[in-house]
Amino acid sequence: MAYDYEKSIRPGKLPHIWCPGCGHGIVMKGLIRAMDTCELDRDNTAVVSGIGCASRLPGYLDTCTLHTAHGRAAAFATGIKMAKPDMNVIVVGGDGDGTAIGGNHFIHACRRNIDMTYVIMNNSIYGMTGGQFSPCTPTGAKASTTVYGNPDPTFDISKLAIGAGATFVARGTAYHAVQIDKLIAEGIRHKGLAVIEILDDCPTTYGRRNKFRSVIDMMKRLKETAVPVTAAAKMTEEQLEGKVLTGVLYNTEKPEYTEQYAKLIKRAQGA
Amino acid sequence: MAKKVALIQGNEACAQGALYAGCSFFAGYPITPSTEVAEVMSIELPKIGGKFIQMEDEIGAIAALIGAALTGAKALDSTSGPGMSLKQELLGYACIAEIPCVIVNVQRGGPSTGMPTGPSQSDMQQAMWGTHGDHAAIVLTPASCQEIYEETVRAFNLAEKYRMPVQIQLDEICAHMREKVEYAEPGELEVIDREAPSVPPEEYKPYDASKGLVPPLASFGSGYRYHVTGLNKAADGFPTTKAELVDAEERRQIDKIMLNQEDIQKNEEYLLDDAEVILFAYGSTSRSARYAVNELRKDGVKAGMFRPLTMWPFPEKRVAELADQAGAIVCPEMNLGQMVREVERVAKGNCTVAHIGRVDGEPINPGQIIDKVKEVL
Ligand SMILES: Cc1ncc(C[n+]2csc(CCOP(=O)(O)OP(=O)(O)O)c2C)c(N)n1
Ligand code: SF4
Repeated sequence: MAYDYEKSIRPGKLPHIWCPGCGHGIVMKGLIRAMDTCELDRDNTAVVSGIGCASRLPGYLDTCTLHTAHGRAAAFATGIKMAKPDMNVIVVGGDGDGTAIGGNHFIHACRRNIDMTYVIMNNSIYGMTGGQFSPCTPTGAKASTTVYGNPDPTFDISKLAIGAGATFVARGTAYHAVQIDKLIAEGIRHKGLAVIEILDDCPTTYGRRNKFRSVIDMMKRLKETAVPVTAAAKMTEEQLEGKVLTGVLYNTEKPEYTEQYAKLIKRAQGA
Repeated sequence: MAKKVALIQGNEACAQGALYAGCSFFAGYPITPSTEVAEVMSIELPKIGGKFIQMEDEIGAIAALIGAALTGAKALDSTSGPGMSLKQELLGYACIAEIPCVIVNVQRGGPSTGMPTGPSQSDMQQAMWGTHGDHAAIVLTPASCQEIYEETVRAFNLAEKYRMPVQIQLDEICAHMREKVEYAEPGELEVIDREAPSVPPEEYKPYDASKGLVPPLASFGSGYRYHVTGLNKAADGFPTTKAELVDAEERRQIDKIMLNQEDIQKNEEYLLDDAEVILFAYGSTSRSARYAVNELRKDGVKAGMFRPLTMWPFPEKRVAELADQAGAIVCPEMNLGQMVREVERVAKGNCTVAHIGRVDGEPINPGQIIDKVKEVL
């Protein structure tokens, strides 16, 4: 039987705003399945986003949703989680939103290891504003503000998250759709800050400028560059050249922020 | 039983007022001369099971504040000039999304890093117009430690009642001076909590104008699933670009403040009945102004003082009346002419309006005010 997404979508809110071929819809479906798998109480779940095409996702979900300002989602979410630690908090957004303007909030959410799941849709471009380069646009690639080729080096979001202190980091792609919900579900169940980076595509503003003739070509790229971590372990450095690792990249246990704060409250109360 | 009294700083009085009002969440980023508010909250909140978080910057702090407020918490944030500049985008977010919260700006010299330990009143227009777009603002300007304590309670009440961010504008002098503060007993001061929706969740609309100028706000996690955005939105909280809906919402958000001014306005009128020259003064400057009024009276000058505690919305009606009554209104301010612009606008040329400005990091002293009054007369 086909999976019923409708029950998780707010009545009357479709069609969505995304272009045909945009990867964000695939991620939304994965998120819906993951929330379902984890049996999250929709009355007690907040999905928080910044600004961008990816950040329009929460509006479609039938739960408590907060569409904030560009880059600030993690900080709004931190306020929710701190004030109400029993609430499930999920942050969603784009690579620009999360690692450029929101980079500071992103790394500090990771550092605190606060119990939230951050799903970051990395299409390596600023889609909503028409295709300017982001910190994740490959060096040399074309964007509307890098017509001579992008001079900037790029962020590796997953490495950034691990370095900043996130305790669960996974990467998937929009091509590997059936893996997305599994990675997100694992992230939701993880106690602490989980970052799930999903590589997806913006055919409208990135594909067009970078000689991808169709959405299928973009999908093929995702398929061909992704290497599961398990497979990568058996590959040589040469074979891994130009590839990206997918799957659970990092998973460890460290004290979680709201639990630490609960202990602080006990100390302050002299218990 | 004798009342609990304490000799405390203005910043501490602010924190104590917040606690009295039921504040259970603080987010901030350290900055002189506001830091003591954060320090006191970091000590006191955990004792009552509340939460304190020092965020990575001032933008993060107001973001966390709004997030916490959405779960139903009464939330406080304190900062100074540079930090207040950083917060402006999200102050507007709290306006359009209608999220109650309180932000204290302890004004210091500026622009930019300016004079971190010098007093100033130069963020008065920023408090109203700093964030982009049309919006209303509620800004309070207490002048003593006792008043900071009580006005902080009022700030929370106004925030909750009108679903608004409310700003308290202190200056370094008020914030750092120590005075006796009498703590209120429980129940002694009014404490207002936001109205929760009475409709079932499926019928709830967070911006339903049919529920009045201030529609009830459901807390996240209370069984109401709804959407909050900084985009222009319709009654159901979802983005819209329909002209008539955008227009109606924008106007309602301003009307809810401007049509309730009688409730929001508060000011002190000192010896105004027969006053021929009126000092328009607020914050620590009003303390010098009061002294000046007394001295001028001794010299036979019919002086008085109008001291707004609610600075925004600007007390237009009363200032217009005073401009009709008096020959002159003199505005001493630690800036080069901010609130005097409003006084001039409202006075419409019906009296002389003069300004005394000081931006050298020193307070305006009574002698300066007396000299100016004598010059104007
Ligand atoms: C403070 C601020 N600066 C800039 C913008 C304009 N802006 C809106 S979305 C966006 C980029 C979004 O890119 P990304 O987060 O990667 O998401 P995508 O649209 O690609 O899904 C920008 C720069 C804004 N809304 N707010
Ligand atoms: S512009 Fe790009 S990111 Fe935005 S909806 Fe279209 S394809 Fe997706």
